[in-house]
Amino acid sequence: MTHRNTHKVHTPPADPPEPQGEGTALATVWLRLRQHAVRKIGFMAVLCVSIGLLLAAIDGGRLAVKLVYSFAIGLFCVSITDAGRLALAWLSDRTRRARGLPASAAGFAAGWAGVLPGVLLGMVLGPPAGITLADWLTGNRSPSLLQFDSGATRFTLAISVIATLASMFVLSTMERLASARALAEAAQRQAAEHQLRLLQSQLEPHMLFNTLANLRVLITLDPPRAQAMLDRLIAFLRATLQASRTDQHALHVEFERLADYLALMAVRMGPRLSVMFDLPEALRTLPVPPLLLQSLVENCIHHGLEPKVEGGRVEVRAQAVGDTLRLTVRDTGVGLPEAGAVREGSFGITQVRERLATLYGARAGITITAAGDAEGGTLAVLTLPMAMAMNPTS
Amino acid sequence: MNTPSCLIAEDEPLLAAGLQADLAALWPTLCVLATVGDGLSAAAQALALRPDLCFLDIRMPGQSGLEAAQAMAEDWPDSEPFPLLVFVTAYDQYALQAFEAQAVDYLVKPVDRVRLAACLSRLQARLADRAPKADAMQLALQQLRALLGPAGVTAGAAPVPRLEVIQAQVGAVVHLVPLSEVLYFEAADKYVRVVTAEREHLIRQSLKELLPQLDPQIFWQVHRGTLVQARAISTARRDESGKVYLSLRGRAETLVASRLYAHLFKGM
Repeated sequence: MTHRNTHKVHTPPADPPEPQGEGTALATVWLRLRQHAVRKIGFMAVLCVSIGLLLAAIDGGRLAVKLVYSFAIGLFCVSITDAGRLALAWLSDRTRRARGLPASAAGFAAGWAGVLPGVLLGMVLGPPAGITLADWLTGNRSPSLLQFDSGATRFTLAISVIATLASMFVLSTMERLASARALAEAAQRQAAEHQLRLLQSQLEPHMLFNTLANLRVLITLDPPRAQAMLDRLIAFLRATLQASRTDQHALHVEFERLADYLALMAVRMGPRLSVMFDLPEALRTLPVPPLLLQSLVENCIHHGLEPKVEGGRVEVRAQAVGDTLRLTVRDTGVGLPEAGAVREGSFGITQVRERLATLYGARAGITITAAGDAEGGTLAVLTLPMAMAMNPTS
Repeated sequence: MNTPSCLIAEDEPLLAAGLQADLAALWPTLCVLATVGDGLSAAAQALALRPDLCFLDIRMPGQSGLEAAQAMAEDWPDSEPFPLLVFVTAYDQYALQAFEAQAVDYLVKPVDRVRLAACLSRLQARLADRAPKADAMQLALQQLRALLGPAGVTAGAAPVPRLEVIQAQVGAVVHLVPLSEVLYFEAADKYVRVVTAEREHLIRQSLKELLPQLDPQIFWQVHRGTLVQARAISTARRDESGKVYLSLRGRAETLVASRLYAHLFKGM
């Protein structure tokens, strides 16, 4: 237990981190050391005990004495290495500040290479310091480490160097794995948040309650139509929930889900809404990210046709243009506001743009413009590389 | 007393039919004068037909139910009692809070019969024991002011950056007009007239879009179609009907403040 405690002492370094911004190298290194302290202490204790046992087995000395030496040297190697790493990070922060650069955690000092100077220093200074401490604790007098002709000295130095290098390798691998895991977790969390936002935007309460209100009336007025509407609502809800779990579905399935949504809207809006779909036979089975067009169609209804007294038409088309799949969603509604920025910044468009960027990079895109003909309204054009639409991950 | 009458403003035809059917069952003597599907017709028909009750959907094309109510309150003749208003909405947290706070009658879609029946009996009682016309109008004005105000139905809307300069395009030329020079804004169909002491410009924006971008301390709304820079008003003269006539520094014309905003002008 005492060994654990002595090891704990070195973890808080001699120079406590200044209260600095999150992005400094010092803050990053300090955070890493703190996060891995427990694992590191455990690993060091195991390593020191093993070396003590090994030494006792080789030259037959007392185990307790060997352990004192091994822990003393280990303690100094680790402390000096970590202190060196922190000092380097602090120096790099200072240099950036002096040059008037903004703080950054991306530099050399905060990364993996930043450990090396500390390791070298630990290997050189750790053994003599550890031996001095152990001599003082045990009352022994070890030969000076500068007497390289002594076999015992060479042995001690070799063990220290091997142990330091081995522990650095293991600990750095551990830290690297942990940060990779943290990154993966953050990405997963982000994806989950995104799905939730998608779900919330699609299950917009106003749409849902209005649809239910219509259904309630239809049940008495026209039961078969009520049933048909309910089926559409079920298909729409199912697709919305599933969209967050699947990566892609066929283009004709996408069109069918849009048809469900627009059929619900047509019941609500009556003669104010008409719908036109155009999906060439050859493109039917092309895979696309699920409900990619949903928010664009919702925009047509919500911003284009609902505010227009006489209503209008929504057109959804798929076309092959060379090796590009071109999807267009157009309405004949009130059109873009003068500034053109209101719908551009809306969640729907941002979300579609983000999805395209994630899946296809720069090879896909979306533009929103005024429809530019006599009927007016808004035109959204979405292009995906056709080969990529087949297999977005390749 | 003649038979009570009502107007239904609802853009979704099935919901309008459904409400009409429920009303026929629960209040057979109530006469539905008209059913309209947009906010502009709602105000026009209400002013033309003078119903006792108006069921106003909040989200409607043209203008919202609340804007229709505002237009009605501003243009309602003094000789007639102002109708009782019932707002109808599917889901709108801020609107519902505002309706609660102002004790305004409202219905939430889907409207169930029990709630509708409760609402109708409240309305029947209020119609039977109708307050003097002037008081009914005052109550309606007070409620509408609160609903249209910043804590009303539009609370929770995302803040919009404030404008400094109005950019009015005429052909290839864009005129930049500092806000301090604008004496008043006046709605003109889909445009807004921007009037300064020297000249006027047209901008392709609605007054509703413009409103949140202006400082309400500097530009006062005095009518659903008029925003005036307070510093530009020299006198306000009230007539018997409650309307207030504003004369301006630097312009010969007078502006009218509706009874909804007449309370802004009182001696200190």
